[in-house]
Amino acid sequence: MATVVLLAITGLGLAALYFLVASGLSLIFGLMGVLNFAHGAFLTIGAYGTWWASENLPGAGSTGWGFVLAVVFGVAVGTLVAALIELALIRPLYERHIEQVLVTVGLSLALVALVRAIWGADPHPFPRPEWTQRTTSVLGANVPNDRFLLIGSAVVVLIAVLAFLRFTRFGLIIRAGVENRSMVTALGIDVRKAFTLVFAIGGAFAALAGALGGIYLGSISPGQGTSLLIFAFIVVVIGGMSSITGAAVAAVLVGLVQQFANYYAASGVGDLSVVLLLAVVLLTRPSGLTARVA
Amino acid sequence: MSGPARGGTPLLRMSDVHVRLSGSHIPQGIDLTVRRGGVTALLGRNGAGKTTTVKAALGLVPSTGVVEFTGDDGRTQRLSGRRTHEIVRRGIGYAPEDREVFGGLTVAENLTLAERRYSTHHHDRVYELFPELKQRSRQLAGTLSGGQQQMVAIARLLLNDNQLLLIDEPTKGLAPLLVAEVADVLARAAEEVTILLVEQNLTVVRRMATDAIVVDQGRVAWTGSAPDLLADADRTRELLGVATSGGHV
Repeated sequence: MATVVLLAITGLGLAALYFLVASGLSLIFGLMGVLNFAHGAFLTIGAYGTWWASENLPGAGSTGWGFVLAVVFGVAVGTLVAALIELALIRPLYERHIEQVLVTVGLSLALVALVRAIWGADPHPFPRPEWTQRTTSVLGANVPNDRFLLIGSAVVVLIAVLAFLRFTRFGLIIRAGVENRSMVTALGIDVRKAFTLVFAIGGAFAALAGALGGIYLGSISPGQGTSLLIFAFIVVVIGGMSSITGAAVAAVLVGLVQQFANYYAASGVGDLSVVLLLAVVLLTRPSGLTARVA
Repeated sequence: MSGPARGGTPLLRMSDVHVRLSGSHIPQGIDLTVRRGGVTALLGRNGAGKTTTVKAALGLVPSTGVVEFTGDDGRTQRLSGRRTHEIVRRGIGYAPEDREVFGGLTVAENLTLAERRYSTHHHDRVYELFPELKQRSRQLAGTLSGGQQQMVAIARLLLNDNQLLLIDEPTKGLAPLLVAEVADVLARAAEEVTILLVEQNLTVVRRMATDAIVVDQGRVAWTGSAPDLLADADRTRELLGVATSGGHV
């Protein structure tokens, strides 16, 4: 029982990371039709930004509010980079989807190379607040506290995104834009502002995933974002290409399947199981578990 | 070919407008003027280029040529080259051919979304014209009937202060009773705002239109008074391929 509980909570923690990356991807694809291959780079930037801030930013550190400040800095850098990329590189290429894909693929390679050039290819130990290194007993299982931090953060983000989409005018524009972008503009709305906002929000969530991923894994490396991005794409496809709740459900499925398969079968079988899950969903529900924005 | 010369201040003028899209080239040099006041019907056979002409005016499809709009302040502004949202904010409302309401939003959300900045929002007027929309304000627009969706599409137009409404086939696919209801509402709206109406139903055109522009194969084939056109059975048959006693183009 204790093993099952530990695997389940760890799987949910992993799911939280996948959701944080996938939710931004999902919103960006749903509204803008952009498959953003640079999204993993935002995660890397968030992770390195947090790590750098914890060591260099006055007031920031690896414990308490100092760590919170470091995470805020990492998320802010990820958000800023995402917004600038949208304004400078994606906006001039609206409706030119192939060129957009090429640009985001190029960016994903260039940004990771830049991080590698500055801080090296080797992993760096990530600052982990002491509380996250302790465990809490749940039904006989000693669960590392970082899992609760991951799950709690993802739940807060999910609720915040749903509330944003439901109760704000920008949320309304995003939901409408996912359905019919040209009709939104025909109502006199400059949908490009929503594009930039969605890209920035996606960048913020990915950067947060980078910081939380650093806590979960204990270290950061330049290629971390790219490897998580693959699973995030799988989550987006399983959940339905533009659905936030679908992404949340799919992330939980993928995280749990991966954890249990890795433990009860063999290491590596988890990844294979996720691909099989993707195939099953695509064969039975080609549009994903659900295909709407919220 | 053209009918009698028409007076009145021009509101919208399109000169030598071409659209080349997915291998097709329609319109091919449209020249037309919509006069301020009344209803101008844009007529023509299927595929003549009516819908694309309207979309070109709004910048919804890439086009060449000149589109100009003369606002209430008397200033003539060039619309060609501007983005759709900028054109619409000058006071031009648009109801597309297939309604294109947002099915995943409620009726109330569809109307809220249509609220334009720097415009008065006439919710009372809209709900007075379409009381059913108030009752169904929390219903998802995607679950409404075709007629109810058309009400939402027209309500979005009437919510803001517009100077010109571009309305594409508002009665398409509607039951006869609803056609009459939609025509009633548009006729009331036309008392306050100029309308460019793409319409296949000649009964509706006869009831509402003051002017007519007939397009054929992407070019303007005739312009003039709508009652004159419809009174001339031979010309109507020649231009639109139908008899004038009711019926569709």
